[in-house]
Amino acid sequence: MNKNIILYIGILIFGLVAPFIFPAFKVQLSILCVLIVLALTWNIQGGEMGYNTFGNILFYGLGMYLCASVQVGMFFPLAEWTESGGEKTFVHTPAQFFQGMAVGLVVAAIIPTIIAGLIGYAILGLRGHYFAICTLGLGVAAGEISGGIEIIGAGQGFTTPPFPDVGGLEARGEFFYLLSFGALVLTFITVRAIYSTRFKLILNAIRDNEDKAEAMGIETMKYKIIGWMISAFFCGLAGGIMGGLVGYIDSTDVAFDGREMGVFMVLMAILGGKGTLWGPVIGATVFHIFKEGFWTFFLGWQYVALGVLIVVIVIYFPEGIMGWLREKYPERFGEVVDEADRKAQVELK
Amino acid sequence: MDFMVFQYPMITIQACLDGLLLGILFALIAYGMALQWGVMNIINIAQGDLVILGGYIAYFMYLYGIHPAWGVIVSPIIMYFIGVGIYKLVINKVVDRDLFISILATFGISILFMQLMNFAFGADVVLANSGYGTTMLFDNNVTLPNSKIFSAFVSIIFAICLVIYMKKSKLGRAIRATAQNARAAKILGVDTEKVYAATFGINAALCGVAGALISITFTIHPYMGLPYTIRSFMIVIVAGLGNLPGVAMSGMGLGVFEEFADYILGTEFRIGSVFLLLVLILVYRRFKLSRKREYLK
Repeated sequence: MNKNIILYIGILIFGLVAPFIFPAFKVQLSILCVLIVLALTWNIQGGEMGYNTFGNILFYGLGMYLCASVQVGMFFPLAEWTESGGEKTFVHTPAQFFQGMAVGLVVAAIIPTIIAGLIGYAILGLRGHYFAICTLGLGVAAGEISGGIEIIGAGQGFTTPPFPDVGGLEARGEFFYLLSFGALVLTFITVRAIYSTRFKLILNAIRDNEDKAEAMGIETMKYKIIGWMISAFFCGLAGGIMGGLVGYIDSTDVAFDGREMGVFMVLMAILGGKGTLWGPVIGATVFHIFKEGFWTFFLGWQYVALGVLIVVIVIYFPEGIMGWLREKYPERFGEVVDEADRKAQVELK
Repeated sequence: MDFMVFQYPMITIQACLDGLLLGILFALIAYGMALQWGVMNIINIAQGDLVILGGYIAYFMYLYGIHPAWGVIVSPIIMYFIGVGIYKLVINKVVDRDLFISILATFGISILFMQLMNFAFGADVVLANSGYGTTMLFDNNVTLPNSKIFSAFVSIIFAICLVIYMKKSKLGRAIRATAQNARAAKILGVDTEKVYAATFGINAALCGVAGALISITFTIHPYMGLPYTIRSFMIVIVAGLGNLPGVAMSGMGLGVFEEFADYILGTEFRIGSVFLLLVLILVYRRFKLSRKREYLK
């Protein structure tokens, strides 16, 4: 326990000073934080609950649009803003920007949570691959439909408010880094907290055998919806931050990007090891480093690499990094290992 | 949003005819999906990308001066071998595992194909011009391209041939036996590995036929694959596995739905409405089954 606290404080301090040590990687580190948030929240469904969703991208995209719309709409007419496109006819003062961002992030987190609660009863009644395909359809439908709505930019995209000039200080990168790191810390603390309660055991029971869990008197539907709402809350928050960070929202390429973000979150959690607390964090970090390296050096071939990577991870590495470590060092995961039994197994192999 | 559809009956007839002819093509793709789902228990997200790839084969023949209708013969032959290749490389490792593994693995194949096609053929929307002309009906109020009639006709011929082949031939019997019980088929001397490879190959060949027809009648684009996958998935869950008349009917129904959505909501919502319909169908079936305390299996 003591060692863990030192570890957490070490990571916290490193996270806080990281953008000042590596100023060139501020944006990358912010994106990494958002990716870890997405992987952690996907893991609540895919890892702990056994509901492999492609639909968390829905909340991410919703959060992105909501945050930007609120930030603009609080002070200026939204329709004129999106119509002017890149031409800046309205300029936010710093106070307006931060006020709008704060309200926008709250809305971006709350509304997707409510939507998850509303559609949860219908969607979470599906199981297995039907759930997976249904949520895939949900994400793509949201992207296609939002691409046809005029007030949020339709096909031409939505430019989020530019970061204001605060006394000549160039603090955009630091601001968004601290925001996304804050979201990451909040998510991690929440996820860690709920993983130490009965709630996690219920989720695992749903994953292992839902019918039996129900027969034991657990209202599985209630817990499934609560789990999805928690995911939606943090996905929306991450989406709102990412929208401000990217500075431009397109319906199918940035917000409801099922081909990139929607698959990334699944892949990161599987790569790290689903059903573990640290798995998504490790998976997202490894994946982000790999991705950025590949995106930089093999520009244009990134989707080819991504496709191959998905196939290889899914087929040859479904247990992930944490699963591999667990198999290698079971003692460190609190499993009791009988030496004689282990030797016998090695001999058998 | 306008309601021209109800004011002008000719537009209704136009939409119905277009939808029916389009739906026959969807049914052909969905039949391939039902086949592999029933036999191998995998869901192939790359189905639509196989269709588009088949379309590009016909388009290339058109570019080199061969009439694209010959693509209906050439494309399935090439696609059969591509399908068997995909099976040997990837699919045989996911056959007897969790369905989600197959969904994710074929999603990877889909992304890979999309990008490779984007490199090889460019990101333009292309069309192989068959030069069949159009037929005018009802005092020139309804236009019907002959290529659409041709494509529906060819799809029906292929579907009938396939049904006869599955009923009569030795391989067809082996495929049906494996679908019923793979283990028992193995015991009785069926080489299930070969059957699986052939099934995936036949599925890819069907996609090739459909793709060649789509390149003649509609347009193809490297990123247009996923809607075809979703359509065929939707048709299969509505009709059920191994119900060929059901597949044909729901395919045509979907085609008509799409044409009307196109007219009423506007073209920009066409794909979105297809995906939304999938969600609605699944949710409807979930509520219907949950009354009996069951769920979709």
